Amino acid sequence: MNTLMTRAIQALMVAVLIGAATFAMMRALPGDAAYRIAAGRYGYDNVDTAAADAVRDELGLGGPALPAFLGWLGDLLRLDFGTSLVTGQPVIEEIGHQLGASMALAGVAVLLSLILGPPLGILAGLRPGGVLDRVLLVVSTGLKAVPQFLMALILILILSVQFRLLPAAGHGEARHFILPALALALGLAAVNARIARDAMARIGAMPFYSFAQWMGLSPRQTLWRHGLRNVSVPLLTYLGLQFVTLVEGVVVVEAVFGWPGIGHALVHAIFSRDVPMVQGTALCLGLSFVLINTLIDLVTQRIDPRRAA
Amino acid sequence: MTDVVMIPRPAGHATRCTGGVLVAAVLIFSLIGPLAVPGDPFAQSLMKALSGAEPGAPLGYDHLGRSIFHRLAHALRLSPAIAIAAVLTAGLGGLVLGTWAAARGGWTDRILTTLADALLALPGLLLVLIVLAIVPGTALGFWAGLSLVLWVEFFRLSRAATHEVLASPAVQATRLLGFGPTYVFRTHIWPEIAPMMLTAAAFGTATAIMVIAALGFVHVGMRAPTPELGLMMVELLPYWREAPMALLSPVIATFALLLGLTLLAGSRET
Repeated sequence: MNTLMTRAIQALMVAVLIGAATFAMMRALPGDAAYRIAAGRYGYDNVDTAAADAVRDELGLGGPALPAFLGWLGDLLRLDFGTSLVTGQPVIEEIGHQLGASMALAGVAVLLSLILGPPLGILAGLRPGGVLDRVLLVVSTGLKAVPQFLMALILILILSVQFRLLPAAGHGEARHFILPALALALGLAAVNARIARDAMARIGAMPFYSFAQWMGLSPRQTLWRHGLRNVSVPLLTYLGLQFVTLVEGVVVVEAVFGWPGIGHALVHAIFSRDVPMVQGTALCLGLSFVLINTLIDLVTQRIDPRRAA
Repeated sequence: MTDVVMIPRPAGHATRCTGGVLVAAVLIFSLIGPLAVPGDPFAQSLMKALSGAEPGAPLGYDHLGRSIFHRLAHALRLSPAIAIAAVLTAGLGGLVLGTWAAARGGWTDRILTTLADALLALPGLLLVLIVLAIVPGTALGFWAGLSLVLWVEFFRLSRAATHEVLASPAVQATRLLGFGPTYVFRTHIWPEIAPMMLTAAAFGTATAIMVIAALGFVHVGMRAPTPELGLMMVELLPYWREAPMALLSPVIATFALLLGLTLLAGSRET
């Protein structure tokens, strides 16, 4: 239960932090927020003082700071995000639309990275210092130094511009998934593979592992019964921590490929100073990090009961 | 009977040296380059747009006829300068808060740790974007936002190490001899933390450069005439067929810089 309590406090702190950050953003906007919001709503050619004043009155952009901040946090904790300043739709609905697209992309990327990374890492870890191990070290170090946007750029240039194999942008068909998911997955796979390799090499060197083989289990049986379960614990834990990297990647990759997800929405919301939208998306991302890591805590405790003690 | 499997760590020294050489090469290019071949990163001559290399512009011209060599050199000064400033601020802040939290314990420790945990749950890119919207001036915003993101790592490292060191018999003995906290920090805590801080600093610098470039690439970072790595790439992307080298030069420079920093940091314990 201690894990759950810690995570609950973390979730609360995340909400307060995001509340404070977005409130500061609202207050400290360079220029007059009312004009910007009016521009976002009515188009840049139709903004005048009257429109800006109307927006200012409607949203209560004037007034003292502290009561406004407390009210702001209260709304946030009641999960009342308000309406988007640009579209006028409730933020919850907007996020509901976009979250699905993002989760699909992130899910495919994680799956792809798990297919690519850990199996190679485990094979390398079974023979530390072997050819595969050394090649994997070089490849994964190289891949780790390529940021996701650069990976996206390289994939677009090679696969869609030069060879015209895949569409560079778009959404809706299965083939549109390949490039953005691959751009995310390669970086994740590079790290996954290293984690799996290190864990496998460590476990393979343990006495119980050699003992399993002395008992007469074949290498395959030993790996299956005694290796994989042990390797999966650090791998899962790390996967939870990587979620932040994944979200950052999703924000950038969605912007590059024009994917209609939450990251794309976030960049646009920040660009047009749509504070309720920023707040909603940021909170959604922060809380999903806490949620996923709570789940992973619980799962790893099931896999390795020694951790629960 | 001792058939201990040797787990080969990546050859520490050689790897770090390679990383150091890469980073140094990129930085020397950015600092010395414009001195060796004088030129202006903002000067346009549309006649020369996308034309190839010549003595005044060793890497050719971009789509607006500006020398890519000089733009690249300026970009390679800007991002590392912001990154290093942010890492220094974050490192100092994290070190002070981390040792303070570990030494004081109690509520100070609890509050700071909770704050750090909450920040850890937020994608750094997001925080930087929000701070960029608050702080006037893009470079200043990047510095503030990146410092806010990066201090957590330094805080956690120095807190954990200090915690461990303070509980050791050596520190107890020092205290019994009557030495003050400054002495304990200098002789016991700092030597323990210093190597970790260097690794974290290299990772932090790489992260910062990646963030600046990524936001530039999606048009929410540095603004247009400023030479910046991500911005240069996205500007030159449409001219890939006409001038592949124009696009490849910032790509290669960014990769070399990031690879160098990753190697310099060495392998992180998992």
